[in-house]
Amino acid sequence: MTKHVVLVEDETNIAEAIRFLLSRDGWRVETLANGGSAAEVIRAAKPDLLILDVMLPGKTGFEIMAELRSDDTLAEMPVLMLTARGQARDREMALQAGVSRFMTKPFSNEEMLSTVRELTAGRVS
Amino acid sequence: MPEARLFLERRSYRRRRIMDAVRMLPFLCALLWIAVPAMWPNGAGGTEAMPLSVALRYVFIIWLLTITASFALWRRTGREDKASADTSARPKA
Amino acid sequence: MVSLNQLIAVCLVYVAGLFLVAFLAERAAFRGRGGWLLRSPLVYTLSLSIYCTAWTFYGAVGYAARSGLEYVTIYLGPSLVMIGWWWVLRRLVRIGRAQRVTSVADLISARYGKSNLLAVMVTIMAVVGVTPYIALQLQSVTLSVSIFAATETASGQGGQINDNAAFWVAAGLAVFTLLFGTRNLNANERHHGVVIAVAVEAVVKLVALVAVGVFVVWGVAGGLSETVARIDASPISTWQTGGGRWTALIVLSAAALVCLPRMFQVMVVENDDERHLQIASWAFPLYLLAISLFVVPIAVVGLELMPEGANPDLYVLTVPLSQGQNGLAMLAFLGGFSSATSMVIVATLALSTMMSNHIVMPLWLKLNDAGATQSGDVRTVVIRARRLSIMLIITLGYLYYSASGGSGALAAIGLISFGGVAQFLPALLGGIFWRGATRTGAVAGLSIGFVVWMYTMLLPSFGPDAALSAAVFDHGPLGLGWLRPQALFGIAGLDPTVHAVWWSLSLNTLLFFVVSIFSFPTPLERLQGAQFVNVFDHSSGPAHGWSASQGRTEDLMIMSQRILGATEAKAFFKREAAQQGRMGVPPVPTQEFVQALERELAASVGAATANAMISQIIGGQAISVEDLMAVADESAQILEYSSKLETKSRQLAETANELGRTNEKLTQLSLQKDSFLSQISHELRTPMTSIRSFSEILRDMEGLSAAEKTRYASIIHSETIRLTRLLDDLLDLSVLENGQVSLNARQVNLHDVIEQSVTTAQASSARPIDIRRKPRNEDVTLHTDGDRLAQVFINIVANAIKYCDAAAPVLTIAVRRHDEDVIIGFTDNGTGIPVEGQNLIFEKFARLGNGDADGAGLGLAICREIITRLGGQISYVQHDQGGSFEVRLSRTGLAREAQRLLPA
Repeated sequence: MTKHVVLVEDETNIAEAIRFLLSRDGWRVETLANGGSAAEVIRAAKPDLLILDVMLPGKTGFEIMAELRSDDTLAEMPVLMLTARGQARDREMALQAGVSRFMTKPFSNEEMLSTVRELTAGRVS
Repeated sequence: MPEARLFLERRSYRRRRIMDAVRMLPFLCALLWIAVPAMWPNGAGGTEAMPLSVALRYVFIIWLLTITASFALWRRTGREDKASADTSARPKA
Repeated sequence: MVSLNQLIAVCLVYVAGLFLVAFLAERAAFRGRGGWLLRSPLVYTLSLSIYCTAWTFYGAVGYAARSGLEYVTIYLGPSLVMIGWWWVLRRLVRIGRAQRVTSVADLISARYGKSNLLAVMVTIMAVVGVTPYIALQLQSVTLSVSIFAATETASGQGGQINDNAAFWVAAGLAVFTLLFGTRNLNANERHHGVVIAVAVEAVVKLVALVAVGVFVVWGVAGGLSETVARIDASPISTWQTGGGRWTALIVLSAAALVCLPRMFQVMVVENDDERHLQIASWAFPLYLLAISLFVVPIAVVGLELMPEGANPDLYVLTVPLSQGQNGLAMLAFLGGFSSATSMVIVATLALSTMMSNHIVMPLWLKLNDAGATQSGDVRTVVIRARRLSIMLIITLGYLYYSASGGSGALAAIGLISFGGVAQFLPALLGGIFWRGATRTGAVAGLSIGFVVWMYTMLLPSFGPDAALSAAVFDHGPLGLGWLRPQALFGIAGLDPTVHAVWWSLSLNTLLFFVVSIFSFPTPLERLQGAQFVNVFDHSSGPAHGWSASQGRTEDLMIMSQRILGATEAKAFFKREAAQQGRMGVPPVPTQEFVQALERELAASVGAATANAMISQIIGGQAISVEDLMAVADESAQILEYSSKLETKSRQLAETANELGRTNEKLTQLSLQKDSFLSQISHELRTPMTSIRSFSEILRDMEGLSAAEKTRYASIIHSETIRLTRLLDDLLDLSVLENGQVSLNARQVNLHDVIEQSVTTAQASSARPIDIRRKPRNEDVTLHTDGDRLAQVFINIVANAIKYCDAAAPVLTIAVRRHDEDVIIGFTDNGTGIPVEGQNLIFEKFARLGNGDADGAGLGLAICREIITRLGGQISYVQHDQGGSFEVRLSRTGLAREAQRLLPA
């Protein structure tokens, strides 16, 4: 079974880079550019991993997290949050919101791949 | 009084005197129409009464004279108005 | 002999002709044609001739046959007033025009603080005084018809015919007045139809009387000298009038000319040009002279020719008839008919305006609690009130005629009427010449004058045992001898007319004067007083102030629509808004605006009613500081002080508001400053993420296709450009903000700049947008930095392309001039910027929402800096839907601004 990741990122170039990296690593990547409908799509798709940007049109990453946290069926889903602001305050807020890992842009491809592998180790066959 | 000049140019002076005449005319006329007939004998005191034809002529002649005077004054004020409008329209040297 | 049927036919044709003339005049006036005639001094003078009624036409001859030359006093008084136009009439006409007065009642009421009590009093007195006069006109028509009828019909039917004649004449006049008197609601507008009909009738009656006179002098008497001889031989060959009576009658008729409602109507209300007054000052006396010239000859010849007992009031008709001159008699009849009808029409018109404005409308306002703001059209109410009043007045006249049975000599009724309206004189003259005249004084004077007139003149005229018992005549009421109606205070032996005029007018004047001296006027009264007395100093000045701050434009609009009509009201509001420099929006209810509106309304419904209606909406009245200065005294100073306080507190409130807004902005700015670093960080890191990622892919990944390599390299390339642009923007802004900018100012054409900007902006975007421009307006030469200006325009246009959310985006670029400035407006058809964002759009990084924007949110901040450097302003203007960016540039401002920025 193919591993399924949902990527919520409005910057098309960044989204394309991540899609390239992860599909090479065997992931089926579903990209969303808008935060507004993200929560519903995620709830329906129940992906193996969620990669979430903070600054999104529609809803911010934090708002999407707040919505997903109430859903028990998604409790096990690992979440990687990306941000370009990179302030300590953002990291704290992200961890409080219940994300599994927090990554600051720009990141190296190696860093991205290893983080994803780490988060999904042992879960996905 | 914005500018109370002591001496007016001839035209303005003329105009003011004509307006004086316009103002005075009714008083003169009233004097002739009211005061004079009031003194006429009406036969009550035994005196010879004023003949009606004379009274009639007097009243109507005064009437005609006053109308003529009023008409003449109107013509004069009209002309002065026009003249003063002309002078004011002329650029000052 | 003229048959009755012929007579009726001629009358009908004549009346139809009058209707036609009036109709044509109304139509010409409506189409704006015929002004040379309708507004000519000739028509004005002729319309004044409604002074000469049927009383003049028939009664003067009867009067002369009874009392010799005395009749001429009725013409001498008005001639004197006209010749003395400079003193009283000029002032009245100016006041009437400045205050948009609708009637003599309106003038008196307006002068004394817009008092409705006075308006009602004057109206009632006028109706009581003029009703017998209207009856007199009906009587004269029936009398004249009876002359023709008497010879034809069997005895006994005459009375029947007379009654019918009076009824039909009254009905016809009512219809005419209704038709041509209530076409315009605005009583201040001229009733062209009525005025022209009156002018035509003036000619008819003059021609008729002169024709009869010429016939009598040269056809009957046989020349001038023979006529004089006949006069000397007649029963009226001598001067019989006492000096007192002579003087009293001249004074009375002079007063009547000023006070009669119908004279006020034609002389003041219908006046179109103040200069006509001076022409009328000789033309109208000339008319009077002509119409009275042949009165004595006709009377003398009539006395000679007609049998004993023939009514001398009808000599004008009976003398030609007795000589077999049927055509002349017919003309004379038409002359009399003209005199009667024109008087009734104008008198009714004047009285009905007074009645509807001062009695019906105030009552209606009071009965309708919601008053002026309630919906519905007041115009129909006003017009209905006026029509009702017309019917009522003509009915009253007809009833009076029926009840009095047509008794009494014509002249007697006329004099009584004169005596009644002459009671207005003290209040009127006092009001326009003496600032000390007060409302209380006017009420007191009018009351006593009216009562004395009723008691000494009107009631005794019905004869003993009619209205007053014979006992009252002989011994006074309750046996109080000093109160005998024709010998007040025991002064017996006076001529009854002199007695009545003397006592009523002198007591009236005395009381008016004394009470005025001892009473204290309200501020409004004093202001109006100053306005009236000093009308030539500031005739365009406002009457008083409304504290307009509480005024609500919408309510005023609703109300004025109902009175002026929707179109007129809208036009008026638009005009006023334009005067305030506001286009497309309602005017601010400033004091000037409310006063102008009040005057406009006053022309329709009278000063007192207009004042009441406005105060219902504005809620109480205050007085402007300027006006108070004119009446500088204690109370004025208090009011002035409080109004200043009001201004001060308003200014304070405004300052506090301003401070609040500034504080809010500062707080937001500081929040922005706080996140400035984090914003910069975000804007820099985003493109760097893509660059780093793809460059690692290109470096590390193997087996990439050539297409993939090209694509990723070009992504890196474009993101690098984005990064560079961001850095450029930051640098640009920093330079601009620090004022280290170098402007390359030269003569540029605005059209070229806009053209270049639009092309550039459209080239860099794939989204289609329809750009609408008016190149003709853009042809403006500016001394400015064209490249910088283009930078701003490109930014604005690009924004519109990017953010306009309409299905078919349209951007309108409009250039307009305002004084020395050029304003370039960019309006798109999208929803615009939300209100909460408008304060911030020109700040750095103020990108609204998290839209897919490749800019860093610096564009508008840079625009603002550039435009400021160029000596202009940029702003976002909110409209009903959406909004627009407006760039305002001074055509000369750049030089100055550049000068200022140059280091010294």
